[in-house]
Amino acid sequence: MDLSVLLSFAKIIAVIAYLYGLFWIMGLKVRPVTIAGKTLDLSLAINVAGVVVAFGIIQLALTDFGGFRILNEFDTGLLYQACTMTMVALGLNLIYGFNGQFSLGQWGFYGIGAYAAADVTYRWVNGDSSGLIVLGVGTILAGVIILLVGRSLSNLRRMPVLSSFTLYLLGALVSGYVAVLIGRWVSPLLNPLLGTNLEPGPLAQGFWLQIIYFLAVVFAGIFAAEISFLFGLPVLSLGSDYFGIATLGFTIVVYTLMVNSDTFLPFPEMRGGRGMIGIPKLTTWFWAFLFMMAVIVSMRNLIRSSYGRAMISVREDEVAARAMGIDVAGGKLLAFVIGSLFAGLGGGVYAHYIGFLSPGTFDFLIGFNPMIIVVFGGLGSMTGTITASFGWIFFLEGMLRDVLGRISPQAPSWRYVLYPLTLLLLMLIRPEGLMGKIEWGFLKIPVVPLRDTKQEGEVA
Amino acid sequence: MQSISRPQKMPVIVKPNSFLAWIGRGGLILLALLIAYILLRNLIEKPLFFVTNIINGLQLGFVYALIALGYTMVYGIVKLINFAHGDVFMVGAFTSFFAIDRFKLHEWPLRAFPTINPVLGIALGTITTILLSMVVCVLLAVTIERVAYKPLRDAPRIAALITAIGVSFFLEYFGLLDFVFSARFIPYPRPFEVTTWYIADGIHLTQPGEPIPENAIVISNILIIIVILTLGILLFLQYLVRRTKIGIAMRATSFDKPTARLMGINVDSVISFTFAIGAAFAGLGGVLYAIAYPSIKTLMGVYPGLKAFISAVLGGIGSIPGAFVGALIMGQAEALTASYISTPMRDAVAFTILIIVLLVRPTGIFGEPEKEKA
Amino acid sequence: MLLEVKDLHVYYGAIHALHGISFHIAEGEIVTLIGANGAGKSTTLRTISGLIRPRSGHIIYRGQDITLTPPEQIVRMGISHVPEGRKIFAPLTVRENLEMGAYIIKDKAEVNRLMERVFKSFPRLKERINQLGGTLSGGEQQMLATGRGLMSKPSLLLLDEPSMGLSPILVQEIFNIIKEINAQGTSILLVEQNAQMALSIAHRAYVLETGNIVLSGTAKEIAENPRVKAAYLGV
Repeated sequence: MDLSVLLSFAKIIAVIAYLYGLFWIMGLKVRPVTIAGKTLDLSLAINVAGVVVAFGIIQLALTDFGGFRILNEFDTGLLYQACTMTMVALGLNLIYGFNGQFSLGQWGFYGIGAYAAADVTYRWVNGDSSGLIVLGVGTILAGVIILLVGRSLSNLRRMPVLSSFTLYLLGALVSGYVAVLIGRWVSPLLNPLLGTNLEPGPLAQGFWLQIIYFLAVVFAGIFAAEISFLFGLPVLSLGSDYFGIATLGFTIVVYTLMVNSDTFLPFPEMRGGRGMIGIPKLTTWFWAFLFMMAVIVSMRNLIRSSYGRAMISVREDEVAARAMGIDVAGGKLLAFVIGSLFAGLGGGVYAHYIGFLSPGTFDFLIGFNPMIIVVFGGLGSMTGTITASFGWIFFLEGMLRDVLGRISPQAPSWRYVLYPLTLLLLMLIRPEGLMGKIEWGFLKIPVVPLRDTKQEGEVA
Repeated sequence: MQSISRPQKMPVIVKPNSFLAWIGRGGLILLALLIAYILLRNLIEKPLFFVTNIINGLQLGFVYALIALGYTMVYGIVKLINFAHGDVFMVGAFTSFFAIDRFKLHEWPLRAFPTINPVLGIALGTITTILLSMVVCVLLAVTIERVAYKPLRDAPRIAALITAIGVSFFLEYFGLLDFVFSARFIPYPRPFEVTTWYIADGIHLTQPGEPIPENAIVISNILIIIVILTLGILLFLQYLVRRTKIGIAMRATSFDKPTARLMGINVDSVISFTFAIGAAFAGLGGVLYAIAYPSIKTLMGVYPGLKAFISAVLGGIGSIPGAFVGALIMGQAEALTASYISTPMRDAVAFTILIIVLLVRPTGIFGEPEKEKA
Repeated sequence: MLLEVKDLHVYYGAIHALHGISFHIAEGEIVTLIGANGAGKSTTLRTISGLIRPRSGHIIYRGQDITLTPPEQIVRMGISHVPEGRKIFAPLTVRENLEMGAYIIKDKAEVNRLMERVFKSFPRLKERINQLGGTLSGGEQQMLATGRGLMSKPSLLLLDEPSMGLSPILVQEIFNIIKEINAQGTSILLVEQNAQMALSIAHRAYVLETGNIVLSGTAKEIAENPRVKAAYLGV
């Protein structure tokens, strides 16, 4: 046995152990202590401190101590990939695992987030602020309009879905148009502060660039969420399999638009099928960790809320949920939009780690990966999804590629032959996924167990 | 977003024919009018070009129909989107490629009976090749069904779907390996020559080297073969499903498996039989597709498979005539988009059509509304 | 002995549904299982016809152990099960439903002869021969289900709740036909909630309570048992 094989295997174990430790300490509850006559509950402080320490551990491992790093460049890449995959897969688990809507569109929203965020920062470092202004103003305006229209439509019953969709679409188009107008007017005022690609101005470097990066990723996420709202509004009314097919279609439409982004869409910098290059590599461990933790914490809290329970009840039995007075359509839409928001954020983080976006990355065949990860980890288990995401990236992209690469230069392509076989075996042995519905530490949620209608010994 | 669980205030009820209700339909009607306008304008301006496009679309649509039948039948009986079906189609094309390229299987009647009429000989040889491909596809599909789907029949539906994706990936990535099919485009040796006729004041056989007059409609023997075979298979399938015992058993099984077993129907055999029929047609489709568009590659099954699947959904999944009509629509949409909008956008258009049709008729054109089963 | 059930234990997951029940049916008998909801009556039938595998115990049919035989084989041996809730193939016509009932019979002429026999018992079905099963009324569906069960020429017919959801007149009609079928030589295992009706036509009866047989005897004895009277006959 080669030592490096053991090493890469140890890395997988270490990463998984790290995650479980993190969630354990985040969920730790300690007895209140009495100091100087005051009773203090230190649980929250310990939880937060745990997160900071966990962040610090990896940060240290990434730091270069005079030529020595615990995690090398390759591992760092895997780490960022795993963080983005976690965000995407968690979003899908919210949609499918917790809400029961079989969606294959996650990869499309991921792509939208990636391209939108990349375009903003790309333009920014090239002395053009219009990307940020148009995207920011557009998403905020569209968000406000969607909320306002939703407010006024909520008083209307039996409004056909298509009609309300058309109204929202009009609102979104108007806000997009207004955003472009504003962008045309404002961005020339701002552009001198940005300098050029070679001589960055004060706003295009250092702290300010980090802020722009943050805004770009957030706006891109919201943008993906708004598109998912428009798309989901009519399509979520379809039955489960039909919804799956329609969302698969969405992924393919997004892919096709990416391939034609320089001809069919007015984005020459995306360069269509040749791929977008020159995206500033701004993703650091700080940002990847921050966004991932934000997604994990907000999703866990969402599922614990009454909204989350409503979503789960929709998964269990739509008719019964409706009979209990739960707004089924609203619940589905909320899960879908938030799930897509997570995917969009993940896309933004990914784009700025990899620095190069090619439509091939967002092909629908690869788009099955999040679905496979979610099922692999266990539907309705956040712990399972996170474990599966990290395990997937570190095993498939890290260990297998490394090990097979040693055998022969062609061998790494065998990993895609091996992994469907692994998948088959796992599904045959454990169809409910690795973790089933088990949660760990911080992620423990009082979940209603899935209705078990299967009877033992029933043959048919 | 309103609160999910709070009861709402006194709502205003939108009447079905009020202005608000018409907004959505209006958008769709406008879209339909726009498409009709574009098509009509092109029909009037360049009628022959238009007809040529329609014919191209027909050829494509009929091949899609062959694949779509497998999707629709399998979905009808086990409610499984058989993602590996497109790859079975690919295997069909490659089987015939090896049979023709390596073993000259299509020439065996000429070698065995040198005095045979050459046209008859080639026809027999081609039929043998096609039958071989169909048999290989049937064996592959039945193996897949037995190994990957049957053990999961009582598991959650998603498990079988994931294994379907897994099987599909396995076939694709295994095929992509250099010593299997590799990732290259491979020129496909047709077993017989393409003969074309053009229609310009009368039907003429195209001679080699002779220029085809402008504004002529060209029809090839391949188109005719595809159309005749597909129509024949469609009639055969309708007969099978409506009139024969195994066909009725298939419908009974698809409706209620435990009760079908109580009738003495061997549900597993019926399901395997369904997979086998679908695979046989996919194999046939693979050979015909390769003859019509003579360049094959490992991933050739992905998009045709997807399009065929969309066709099946468009027509109403589970319905055989639906799959056929859906495939024709898909073929036309693709050919017309490629000519009048832009070639790369045709996949997007195919799905846009699907989504719009599903919104108007949620179970497809021929689909029956979903029933609540007790 | 036509059918003998010995110490049958059936579980649904962790739930113990049948606690080792034993009973038998002789050639030419109508035997009824009566009991409340959830007593395990349907489970017993489903286990006999092979849809459910018992955890332990034996089912012996004509001296052959059929405990683990799959349902499609059991039909061929001569046991036909008319399931609870009729389970008509809704998208198939009445004729096709009956043809499916005779799936195991290869001879076409024989199938037609059997179909005529069913139509003699249920003339209403003949009028609706080309109608879809799903469009029939509840009573007609029950007739179709019973007729379909007879199409395989069974020696033992398992009937699960034939009176469910039917009007009293129809119930009477169905029970008369059951008696008639039995008179033609088919043994019947009848599961019923309508104990009064069931006991009126049965030869022997078993009372099932939460997975145990608590009483057995001739139909007359059972009908006169004070406990049964109080619990099931509402007297």
